[in-house]
Amino acid sequence: MAKLPGPLEIYPLLPGTNCQVCGEANCMAFATKMAEHTVKLKTCTPLFDEAKYAKKLEKLKNLVRPPIREVVIGTGEKAVSVGGKLVLYRHDLRWSNPTAFFLDAPDTLDAEGLAARVKSIEEWTYVYIGTNLHLDGIALRGVSQDPKTFAAAAKKLTKLTDWPIILCSLDPKMLAAAAKAIADKRPLLYAATLETWAEVGELAAKHNLPLVACAPGSLNNLASLVGTLRAIGVEDIVLDPGTTSRTGLGNTVDDFTQLRRSSIIEDNELLGYPILGAPITVWADYKKDEAPELTKWDEVLTASAQIVRYTDILVLHSVDMWTNLPLTFLRSNLYTDPVKPVAVEPGLMEFGEVDSESPVMYTTNFALTYFTVESDIKQAGVNAYLLVVDTEGMSVQSAVAGRKLTADGVAEALEEYKVAEKVNHKILISPGMAARISGETEEVSGWTVKVGPRDSSGIPKFLQEGKWKEE
Amino acid sequence: MTTDKERTTSLDDMFGDFAELVLENVTIELDELRLALRPMVQQIAKAAARPALEMPKSLIPASFTPPLGEYTQVIQEITLGAKKGQGGTRSKTVTIGGHTAPAWDLFQAPPKHPPIIAADVFDMPISLAKMVKMHYKEVLDDPAEWAKLVVDKFGADVVTLHLISTDRQLGDTSPKDAAKTIEEVLQAVKVPILIGSAGDPEKDGPVLAKAAEVCEGERTLLCSATVDVYEEIAEAAKKHDQVVLSWTSIDINQQKELNRRLFEWLTPEQIVIDPTTAALGYGLEYAFTIMQRMRLAGLLGDEELRFPISSGTTNAWAAREAWMNNPELGPRELRGPIWESVTALALLLAGNDLFMMMHPAAIKTVHDLVDWMRERQSIKPEDYPDWTTLSIPEGT
Repeated sequence: MAKLPGPLEIYPLLPGTNCQVCGEANCMAFATKMAEHTVKLKTCTPLFDEAKYAKKLEKLKNLVRPPIREVVIGTGEKAVSVGGKLVLYRHDLRWSNPTAFFLDAPDTLDAEGLAARVKSIEEWTYVYIGTNLHLDGIALRGVSQDPKTFAAAAKKLTKLTDWPIILCSLDPKMLAAAAKAIADKRPLLYAATLETWAEVGELAAKHNLPLVACAPGSLNNLASLVGTLRAIGVEDIVLDPGTTSRTGLGNTVDDFTQLRRSSIIEDNELLGYPILGAPITVWADYKKDEAPELTKWDEVLTASAQIVRYTDILVLHSVDMWTNLPLTFLRSNLYTDPVKPVAVEPGLMEFGEVDSESPVMYTTNFALTYFTVESDIKQAGVNAYLLVVDTEGMSVQSAVAGRKLTADGVAEALEEYKVAEKVNHKILISPGMAARISGETEEVSGWTVKVGPRDSSGIPKFLQEGKWKEE
Repeated sequence: MTTDKERTTSLDDMFGDFAELVLENVTIELDELRLALRPMVQQIAKAAARPALEMPKSLIPASFTPPLGEYTQVIQEITLGAKKGQGGTRSKTVTIGGHTAPAWDLFQAPPKHPPIIAADVFDMPISLAKMVKMHYKEVLDDPAEWAKLVVDKFGADVVTLHLISTDRQLGDTSPKDAAKTIEEVLQAVKVPILIGSAGDPEKDGPVLAKAAEVCEGERTLLCSATVDVYEEIAEAAKKHDQVVLSWTSIDINQQKELNRRLFEWLTPEQIVIDPTTAALGYGLEYAFTIMQRMRLAGLLGDEELRFPISSGTTNAWAAREAWMNNPELGPRELRGPIWESVTALALLLAGNDLFMMMHPAAIKTVHDLVDWMRERQSIKPEDYPDWTTLSIPEGT
């Protein structure tokens, strides 16, 4: 694997003025953060603004260029960066730039239909540990096969939304018309093929737009296509090795894995670009009057496999909650920084206006468990204490099974955080999943233990019923 | 930085369709443009001003070399179950592991033995998500019938019998009672059976020791040995030639430590590892990454991690998004099983070998996935459909 550059290689290429414009104390501190990939080069603005640093900048750009180039689609706040991957395995550092989800819209929709489709894509959201999960862009498909219709739909789309757009057609005339109409929105062009590389490559170079190289079923073909597009002057390239689902899923997983491993482990610079997957292709097998849920099921499976196997852009059709919840969750999980602590600080947390009558609940210090419980208590708007017991960052269920959550541990936490001094009762509400240790906890701590709901979403109802106060 | 919104608006105002502008004016007014225009136009001007590249006459051929790795150690093969001639009473055995490359690297080596599914069976009625329970309500108080159902109807490769009633808080049934249930299940189905304990530190040792004895000759998997409770289990496994599930809590060093201790009694043919499965959305990434690391470490020569991996995939149902009755999240009839399926799929790709599962649709899905991914198909470039022109019915 290519070695990522260290601070001592980066430092000599910085201005060395310690100007602090980047927000760091000095250039060495900036170099250290660059090496950890926690700051972006562009925050060192003198490098870009002052002509005398041009050579240094060029060298530095080459030095820190990730093995998978970063490509930007769209403009403005909603622009999305894809690729930019530094490592093959997330445990080697972290995965950057989460897979971007582009949902399709056919150019055959009427004005109302297009507006409704855009709305359903933009409004898809779900709150997950304090953040709003969302989709990322719109893939306009040239179903009409008419350049004028396609270009008009593209123009209409840019009036409806500032989200990034992929223009999807294998016909160069279609792409030329639509690209001309909305080039200032920096759409991604899909796609140049073995047949159309000359026309489409020239188009992308002319408008300076990112372009997908599509050569399904042969990595040799894909390598030839990419090399040729580069020779034409196309710089921002995205790879489409072809998506197959169901019985072909093994090919897709295998191709995507070979591509990414070749670029990162074997330094194959030619193919160091973001990869596009198209689970939408499952709809080719959909038959009218068939239950669409079966096709959606396959779309979720294909997309999931591609999220795991290095895909930077997904083109999807389904906007259902049940299809996109697992996909956005999976993306969120795998793109979490693996060095981020698993645990929160143990202690006694207060919610709302607590007083001596307030209920006392406890949970573990596994970050996800804690944040889930916290958000449920906040949403309910109740006044309560939450005792966070140190379980070495394990969830309730695992901690009970693994004996990281014990009666002794709970009793010690009650003692250490002086809970008895805060309330005038001695009733502790335990997580439902920790029911097993409730008896023992009563013996060891002297508190009365009431077993709460198995899932913290049940906390509001549980507290409202008030049974926890009953003897 | 000026916002891009400002920038694009002003560009629109200034030039309208400025792609035309670049083509027509750029060579003449380049210097002026560079001074006068904002960065985006500068960038476009730069692109247009680049020396014209000569158009290649044809595609420039290039080739791709598959990135083959070097792996020094084979993942251990483990066989579960034993047929008549082998001292047992099963009609078939299952073998997992034996891999020589990272999971599903078909270009290097397909999985030596494809992953298998063990359906969970409990020895007493337990609380289950409604969408799971509806498939089991007829058999909840009859483990033998339950086992038949998962094998005959749901296609499970093997059965895991969880002896949870032995828990001191759930009935405190004796190892002898447990032995009787095991006998019944062995009679009811002919596939290999695995034995799960209740997770009661006082009871797990004696219960699994008894299970090892009752299953003499059957080559069962004793689930599980942990860092706290392992000696009695390992000793019984040695005496009765059983396999042990070495179960740890999302900690690769703990996994190595426990395996080292088990080596005192067991041979490499007797260990399967389980680093704990957390649900999609609730820590799945820890399980995913640890499995991936264990598989790689095993292939690269770590003798303490060269074992097939098992996952309690049913844990997927701990995610509220899997079971909650909330119409805004879509039908839970689909949401639940897709949650279990996607949890399994991520771990399948990380290198898991044995899935303990419950929902019939998820079981079928994982069987399908294994089938679909087992080997490369011959798919010609022209067989890939053009999805850009697909007509997909509206409202789907």
